[in-house]
Amino acid sequence: MPSENSLVRFVDIQKSYDGDALVVKNLNLDVAKGEFLTMLGPSGSGKTTCLMMLAGFEPATHGEIFLNEHPINRVPPHKRGIGMVFQNYALFPHMTVAENLAFPLEVRNIDKSEREQRVNRALDMVQLGAFGDRRPAQLSGGQAQRVAVARSLVFDPDLVLMDEPLGALDKNLREQMQYEIKHIHENLGLTVVYVTHDQSEALTMSNRIAVFDDGIIQQCDPPPVLYEEPNNAFVAGFIGENNRFVGKVVEEDGDVVKVEVDNNVGTVIAKKVNVGGIGSRSTLSLRPERVTVNPEPGSLPNIFSGLAEELIYLGDHIRTRFTVLGHDDFIVKIPNSAVHAHLKEGDTVNIGWNAEDCRALDPSD
Amino acid sequence: MSTAPATIDGPLLTADGVPLKASLEKSLRRSKLRALLLVAPPLLFLIFLFVIPIGNMLTRSVDDKLINNVLPQTFEAFEAWDKESEPSEAMFEALYNDLKSAEKTDIGKASVRMNYALPGWRSLVKRTARKIKKMEPPYKEAFVKADDRWLDNTYWLSLGIMKDKRTLGYYWNAIDRTYDFDKNVIHQPDERKVYNLLWWRTILVSILVTIACLILAYPVAYLLATLPMRISNLLMICVLMPFWTSLLVRIVAWMIMLQQNGVVNDTLVAAGIISDDNRLAMMYNFNGTIIVMTQILLPFMILPIYSVMKTIPPSLMKAAQNLGATPTLAFIRVYMPQTIPGIGAGCILVFIVAIGYYITPELVGGKDGRLIGNMVAYHMQRSLNWGLAAAMGTILLGVILLFYWVYDKIIGIDNMKMG
Repeated sequence: MPSENSLVRFVDIQKSYDGDALVVKNLNLDVAKGEFLTMLGPSGSGKTTCLMMLAGFEPATHGEIFLNEHPINRVPPHKRGIGMVFQNYALFPHMTVAENLAFPLEVRNIDKSEREQRVNRALDMVQLGAFGDRRPAQLSGGQAQRVAVARSLVFDPDLVLMDEPLGALDKNLREQMQYEIKHIHENLGLTVVYVTHDQSEALTMSNRIAVFDDGIIQQCDPPPVLYEEPNNAFVAGFIGENNRFVGKVVEEDGDVVKVEVDNNVGTVIAKKVNVGGIGSRSTLSLRPERVTVNPEPGSLPNIFSGLAEELIYLGDHIRTRFTVLGHDDFIVKIPNSAVHAHLKEGDTVNIGWNAEDCRALDPSD
Repeated sequence: MSTAPATIDGPLLTADGVPLKASLEKSLRRSKLRALLLVAPPLLFLIFLFVIPIGNMLTRSVDDKLINNVLPQTFEAFEAWDKESEPSEAMFEALYNDLKSAEKTDIGKASVRMNYALPGWRSLVKRTARKIKKMEPPYKEAFVKADDRWLDNTYWLSLGIMKDKRTLGYYWNAIDRTYDFDKNVIHQPDERKVYNLLWWRTILVSILVTIACLILAYPVAYLLATLPMRISNLLMICVLMPFWTSLLVRIVAWMIMLQQNGVVNDTLVAAGIISDDNRLAMMYNFNGTIIVMTQILLPFMILPIYSVMKTIPPSLMKAAQNLGATPTLAFIRVYMPQTIPGIGAGCILVFIVAIGYYITPELVGGKDGRLIGNMVAYHMQRSLNWGLAAAMGTILLGVILLFYWVYDKIIGIDNMKMG
């Protein structure tokens, strides 16, 4: 991202709460104008801390955050003009929905007629036009969520932060809200920084996803890149399902490596992504949908025999667990179509995959 | 659909033809009985130790039966009297008969009651009663011989105040009013006016103590609710410690602190803030009552406010600031309104306890720090004017209910959170 386009810039941000451990380690991140950036990671990975630093509720221990190229480390939260949707909505229980929405306009001294107009517009945007007089306690979870979104947008901020906003909703509602938030983002041209630990939510909504682990951004890329081309074993494991083998590089030829899987069960040809030279250890990562069952002999560089251990019927595909190369947790997704021979548990078949679908990554722990 | 058990108009029946209502009743009877058993002990406790005593207090405050039972004939003769001429022989005879037939202790009690209506009655009745055995008709002369005040019509006229079996006299007394002989309500003479001042002072003290408690408690409760657990637990112990200490010990501690040669005055003199002959009078007066009562009642304010604050999610303050409110504005617009149920509960608790307070004003109040509670105690224990004490108690109860009603109108009892 070219930096003149960026709305938010984290420069060398470090954060410690207790002076002993760093929660965020040397964070550098640009968020472009109009971008939907998701911070994804397991709990305790530092993503919420980053969001709180951006909102101004936590001071950065080191480094500087820029908003529109202005350093904001010393700007108090109420002067940052950043919208935020909190985890539990944080609606004011003693005010009606309309009063909640009018609050940010009121403290900005916007006169009453315009206030009403903008409140109504925001309510209409989230399809809650008739709910202005209700109290937050009288709303369902989804409605409260929408009010929270509307309130964060009603004062027209350039940047909106969302801290796991859909965590409390049930699955159907969550998916529906994902689309709604995405559409609002597109329609208003907002910049959104979104925090979640739910990878499918991140994949659905984002322009870019920053995967956090251990206070470090492991990879920051658009969803397809992140899924197809994970840079390291953590990202490969965290986003989507993957089969992994651990072994040692024995041969190297351009961007192709041969890795001997531990316990001498075989050698796999893989794409060199994030691994040292010959002799270094590596984790191989392979998506379940990239595996072919019963390939033509010689058509694929990697063909091994596998023992079907377990078949789970999932309608559109059959999830099959094989024992391959001594690993009994090798998952293959077999499309449910007439051309595929139907396997039975206990069958032994050949399975194979391409070298470029199998990524040789750093050795994970 | 099998055989439909009920017609459209008839009552719903269960499968075996019993009306549904009866069947439901039967199935719930056991659980209702159990609930009743569980609630019985507190209910009995409430009836015996709350409802009956209060009922007794209410009846006592208007009761005037005793005198009517002791002097029935006298009151009859009194009714026949024209209230202007000299008391007649018939009246004296009636009085003689009454005094002769009455128990001695009843005469004593009656004379005390009569003394409330008109001072002097007690000695008059006592002196007369002592000689009653030797009296012979004509009784008028015998009575006048025993005490010549019997010729004074005022004593006889004052019987008019006592002739009914129910009286509001104690209530009027409690607010510095009394009956004249025709049962009109009049002001007490100035030298006998004491209670109105005490009523106003009691309400003033209660309000001042409530306000002082609120001002002191709010920040403490806020700290308790927001500090990290380890520190807030320590603070909570500091709040509760005085609560666990004997009331008397605390009051004595305050005496040591606040008296003329107490710690506070000594410190101020030593620091040169006040001169030695200008020591502050903080004890045995109005100030002492306020200071000590505030300290004693403070936990009653802190705890309800704290319990409400504890339930306010910290994210609300963050949200308010994020939406553009300064921390102060966020506190006033978002935090404070949500603590109102706690403030209301704390205020009403402190006010109700304060308005009936007795021991603290007794010990540190001195002359101008006494409250109505002390008067109730005085009439219960010293003057034995239980009717007046009961009337005062009833008025206190009424004032509390009045404030409770006002509170309900303004804030709503449903919003109250005791913690």
